[in-house]
Amino acid sequence: MKILIKSGRVIDPANKIDGIMDLLVEDNKISKIARNIKPEADKIIAAENKMVLPGLVDMHVHLREPGREDKETVCSGTQAALRGGVTSLLAMPNTTPAVDSVGHLKILQEAIKKGSRANVFICAAITQDRCGQEINDLTSLKKEGVVAISDDGASVDSDAVMLKAFQRAKEEKLLVICHSEDKELSRQGVVNLGFTSTRLGLRGISAESEYKRVTRDITLAKETGARVHIAHVSCQESVEIISRAKKGGVKVTCETAPHYFAFNEAAVLGYDTNFKMNPPLRSKEDMLAIRKALGDGTIDVIASDHAPHTENEKDIEFERAECGVVGLETELAASITELVGNNLFSWEGLVRAMSLNPSRILGISKGTLSAGADADIIVVDPDKAWVVRKEDFLSKSQNSPFLGRSLKGYVEYTFCQGKVHKWNS
Amino acid sequence: MNWARKDLLGLEELSKEELGLILATAESFKEVSTREIKKVPALRGKTVVNLFYEPSTRTRVSFEVAAKRLSADVINIATETSSVKKGETLIDTGRNIEALKADIIVMRHNFSGAAVMLSRHVSLSVVNAGDGWHEHPTQALLDIFTLKEKLGRIEGLNVSIVGDIAHSRVARSNIWGLTKLGARVTVCAPKLLIPPAIEEMGVNVTQDIDEALKNADAVNVLRMQFERDGETAFPKQLEYFKEFGITMERLKKAKKDIIVMHPGPINRGIEMSSAVADGAHSVILEQVTNGIAVRMAVLFLVAQANEKIKNENTD
Amino acid sequence: MREKAKILDKDAIARTIIRIAHEIVERNKGIDNLCLVGIRNRGVYLAQRLAACIKNIEGQDVLTGSLDITLYRDDLALASGQPLVRKTEIDFDINAKNLVLVDDVLYTGRTVRAALDALVDFGRPKSIQLAVLVDRGHRELPVRADYAGKNIPTSKDETVEVRLEETEGRDEVVIIEKG
Repeated sequence: MKILIKSGRVIDPANKIDGIMDLLVEDNKISKIARNIKPEADKIIAAENKMVLPGLVDMHVHLREPGREDKETVCSGTQAALRGGVTSLLAMPNTTPAVDSVGHLKILQEAIKKGSRANVFICAAITQDRCGQEINDLTSLKKEGVVAISDDGASVDSDAVMLKAFQRAKEEKLLVICHSEDKELSRQGVVNLGFTSTRLGLRGISAESEYKRVTRDITLAKETGARVHIAHVSCQESVEIISRAKKGGVKVTCETAPHYFAFNEAAVLGYDTNFKMNPPLRSKEDMLAIRKALGDGTIDVIASDHAPHTENEKDIEFERAECGVVGLETELAASITELVGNNLFSWEGLVRAMSLNPSRILGISKGTLSAGADADIIVVDPDKAWVVRKEDFLSKSQNSPFLGRSLKGYVEYTFCQGKVHKWNS
Repeated sequence: MNWARKDLLGLEELSKEELGLILATAESFKEVSTREIKKVPALRGKTVVNLFYEPSTRTRVSFEVAAKRLSADVINIATETSSVKKGETLIDTGRNIEALKADIIVMRHNFSGAAVMLSRHVSLSVVNAGDGWHEHPTQALLDIFTLKEKLGRIEGLNVSIVGDIAHSRVARSNIWGLTKLGARVTVCAPKLLIPPAIEEMGVNVTQDIDEALKNADAVNVLRMQFERDGETAFPKQLEYFKEFGITMERLKKAKKDIIVMHPGPINRGIEMSSAVADGAHSVILEQVTNGIAVRMAVLFLVAQANEKIKNENTD
Repeated sequence: MREKAKILDKDAIARTIIRIAHEIVERNKGIDNLCLVGIRNRGVYLAQRLAACIKNIEGQDVLTGSLDITLYRDDLALASGQPLVRKTEIDFDINAKNLVLVDDVLYTGRTVRAALDALVDFGRPKSIQLAVLVDRGHRELPVRADYAGKNIPTSKDETVEVRLEETEGRDEVVIIEKG
């Protein structure tokens, strides 16, 4: 089976490709990128004025299976991923049960085998039940295929336990992904601490609760030489700390999510729980700092932190509502609209942040259009505007902060290991 | 101007003109309570549901009296006796009340933003009777009404608010209302009870009670809640009284006819001395009387606006 | 909106009020036990003018009050045309009085109905009479004016506007054509 994607703008930073070219897929692999490939294929996709990019790699996704299949399943989550142009994703371990043992890992792997439509990589928990006490059997977990560890949703509070975890991770050559939050400082906060929390009469979460823990996590990584990745960076101070550490040679990378560069705390003023997440939407200055850090490469990765929740858990009093938003189906368009559209990012920068960088950080052979690679490709109409509507989501949950907004950039085709999905609005 | 809102959720969203309209309407309603027959048929056939998720006698009774003086039927739902305890969501409760064909929900809730959320899900009117630390619009309106009645104006007045500002919906609503109407507001509290960036609401901040009283035309004294889960900066009530309590000695150094207000119920000997509470400066009981007029005005205005909205929708 | 005709000018209004004042005094055989209550807004000013005329005739003040009927209307939404609920000011006992209710225009009769309801809350007058500057017909309730300045046949598409010195800066009554 041969598929030819004709005359699109092919962007593949790994191979320094950016130009109008043809791309040939043969037997589910990328076989050739060149100008004017002879149109002898079973199927030809006309891609004039379209972008042809490596499939996105989202390294922060909550698939909710096992345990909360009412919110999302491997099947629905990976379908949503494909719809959003994401062909590979990292599943976070805060499921029920948590991915903290080989036994629990097998449950998830079984579910993936049965239901997955995309490439799912697995992040295991650092500690048992993500309680921050007993470190899991990282050797066995690594052997069974996990590519990173994280207690995401929680931070390991004990410095001693975290130090040990970093040492073990270093030995196992595992990436440590840190949800950096000092709960003593963030207390039971629900919005950014400051005028917004005062105005709304809600408990605030200080930026300090994030950046102090970022500092600790980076310090431990430095001491142990382990690789650390800071998840969902939301504030200016964190960006500055990470930037300094990078310059000082620490093996640290980090990510942010579209909501942190698309919105700021002002969005919460109507108590809309689709803007409730942890860390919270910060100040306008923080939002601008995040954008800048994406532009200058301090922030390596854009990940969705896709966190599906049912309406029952979201459409309630703000303080009681769950934290988090869905993002798989909007992250590319949001990034195109906010970053490329505002000239903060080139298309190449976008592909790096959403595909190449996360692949390299996770050490997976994704994120490129090299000949011989799996045919994970997306064809994107960069100018097509669409309105985010609840009824169009493939995810089981629709808790999106972008609802009702018009975004630019539409995924027309997603190739995942050569299998083609065509999307219509 | 005309009142067009079906709900009263807070004072932050109101314009100066809307605030003025409520106050002027309340002035007319005050007369009704002085009549021998203290009742007008304005809301005859309307049903007002007092939905209280937090115990409150004063506010609920005040709303009940206000509704009854407008001839509305009043139903009281308190959490202890309702299905709320069985885990019904706020939206479901609201929709059930709507299905009973009630017209106005007066809601007190311990979560900030609850009234805002409820109003988005029901077409009947929602009047916020206090939500978490967010707003308590009718309390602030009656405070402002009383001030205006006493001093003839709001514009240019110096008003100090003393007490736990951080956890006070009364403080927030007063700040929004007073500053919109041109008063200068000072908040005074121990440092930990002043919420971050409160200056951005347009107020001065001090931790010195004498400073707060110095040029004040009025002082609004908030109720201290020492029982709140270990968050209060002043563990000892007497210590608070020593540093922040309003006493006759302190008032002697203030303007001669400074007005003392309190939303009630008063903790005598903690927020203020009995001599102050019962003295000539105090307008605490007038606040209670004015609360009826203000709440009648609010119930009338939202009911009228919603009636109009419904008529327009069926046209 | 088009002004179709002027029904009464300043002088005509003044003459009409004097005439009604005389009729009130005559009908009630003097002004003992008499009081005037104007319906907000223009009825109040007309009541005050009547009171002044009666004082000229009888040499004595007549009790005068004002009534806001917004809270007694039978249609809440209609009441929202009124920008503001105003005060009712009746500072005297209406029990056993001959009370003359004063309004500018008598039309459907619903305002008068509301006013009667309101008055009942204030006491039990011996009689209630109705004085209006203009009666334009189209009654929806069994209400009749005891004193009418002028009867003007109108169509329902028209409105009758009474303009007074106190509210509009000039005295006149005009018919306005809608559409």
